[in-house]
Amino acid sequence: MSLLSVSDLRGGYGPVRVLHGLGFEVNAGEIVVILGANGSGKTSTIRAISGMLQATGSVRLHDEEILGKNPEAIARRRVAHVPQGRGTFPELTVEENLRVGAFSRKDSAVDEDIDRWLTTFPRLRERRTQLAGSMSGGEQQMLAISRALMMNPVLLLLDEPSLGLAPLVTQELFQKLAQLNRETYIAMLIVEQNANLALKTATRGYVLEAGEIVATGTSEELASNDEVRKAYLGMA
Amino acid sequence: MTLFLQQLMNGIGNGVIYASVALALVLIYRTTGVLNFAQGEMALFSTYITWKLTDWGVGIVAAIFISMLIAFAMGALVELVLIRPVEKKPPFVVLIVTIGMFLALNSITQLVFGTDEKQLPSAFGDHSWSVGDVRITGEFVGLICVLALTCTLLWILLQKTKLGLGLRAVASNPESARLVGISSGTMLMIGWAISASLGALGGAMYVPTTPALTAGSLQAVLVYAFAAAALGGFDSPVGAVVGGLIVGVAEALAIEYIEPLHDITLLVPFLLIGVVLLYRPTGLFGRNIVERV
Repeated sequence: MSLLSVSDLRGGYGPVRVLHGLGFEVNAGEIVVILGANGSGKTSTIRAISGMLQATGSVRLHDEEILGKNPEAIARRRVAHVPQGRGTFPELTVEENLRVGAFSRKDSAVDEDIDRWLTTFPRLRERRTQLAGSMSGGEQQMLAISRALMMNPVLLLLDEPSLGLAPLVTQELFQKLAQLNRETYIAMLIVEQNANLALKTATRGYVLEAGEIVATGTSEELASNDEVRKAYLGMA
Repeated sequence: MTLFLQQLMNGIGNGVIYASVALALVLIYRTTGVLNFAQGEMALFSTYITWKLTDWGVGIVAAIFISMLIAFAMGALVELVLIRPVEKKPPFVVLIVTIGMFLALNSITQLVFGTDEKQLPSAFGDHSWSVGDVRITGEFVGLICVLALTCTLLWILLQKTKLGLGLRAVASNPESARLVGISSGTMLMIGWAISASLGALGGAMYVPTTPALTAGSLQAVLVYAFAAAALGGFDSPVGAVVGGLIVGVAEALAIEYIEPLHDITLLVPFLLIGVVLLYRPTGLFGRNIVERV
């Protein structure tokens, strides 16, 4: 049984349909990437999973249907969504941002976890008392991911984490994600345009075009797929 | 000099009241982005409840506490029934709803409690002490203590509690707040509830300093509170307090020393709003968030 199983997902914004019945799976401990160009429905897919976008079809987490539940309820099932453009709380300090991430937790290990993620991302420790809004894009992305980790997630949804970041920062970010996955075994679903890095990090992937899955395979298979190479890796 | 000090104290006394209503405005603005034009009339209704309780023989202090509790529930109800349905509509729609509430609450108050003047006793009795030629009233001391206590409790709530963190998170980024499992609806409801409570407190402090409680009692206060919030910055609780005190003192001194303003003191807050918006649109303590990408 897979951790997340999406099938026949359809949805959009008012009369505009964006998702045309797509399906995919994420297994426990995996990093799965969904590649797609602008407007192919990447963000909509991820928003439908976290309850931010009305959709039909089926989204099952641990075999429980979560489609139609509100975002708060899905977050409490420990699906952590890092939205496009980071979605940090600019008026709150770095530490407060992390505490907000643990808002629905009832256990007492919150302080321990804050320390843990500040150790994983040392830059954040330096800026612990600084307002999130005053940090650089890369730092904010690290903060957004740490905040998501504070939810003790079973699944991390990352919406174009590389957007707006310098290439070196992006590289560091993906290395961190791979390291986190090895250490914590948290499953990740990443939607990305940056196919090169994403495929190096992920175990498997899907290609999304105009709201439909058009190709799937292991990262190696996709990286050697001619269509993918042409469209996303800038190779003929 | 004596006259100046006396006016200064009058001004601070009024300023404390403007500050507490301004705090209520700021609290709702920070959590929901709504300018609540009905803040004054919500407080009016609560003040009438306080009066009704004293009329039934309840002590004034107990009456204020009970009416604050009732206001808390009413504030939550207002958010749930009137504001939530238009929450996702443009800000103008919400603004119109609060103006509608302003008119409706004023009429309902008159319908329920009648249109005759009422007398609300002061919570601080009528003690006073003479220091030199200046008379310090128990009311003045009491008002300042209440404001100080209110500010301290609000600060602790917002900065030191988990609930406060949730309120600030929703104010800062409602969408991300939902994504970490915070129910933004509940937080907004609590914001309105606290704010209505503050209004009830402000009303019960203010009315005893005026000749009588009438349906128009809190309309001028709302204008002064808006001036205070604009002066201090609509997103800053500290600004609301400082703004309230400045507006109160400016008003009292203007009455005393600027002859033509004697009968039109309401001009003072409008002038202050105008000047602030011209030279510092974010207010004295308002933050201009610079976001880096």
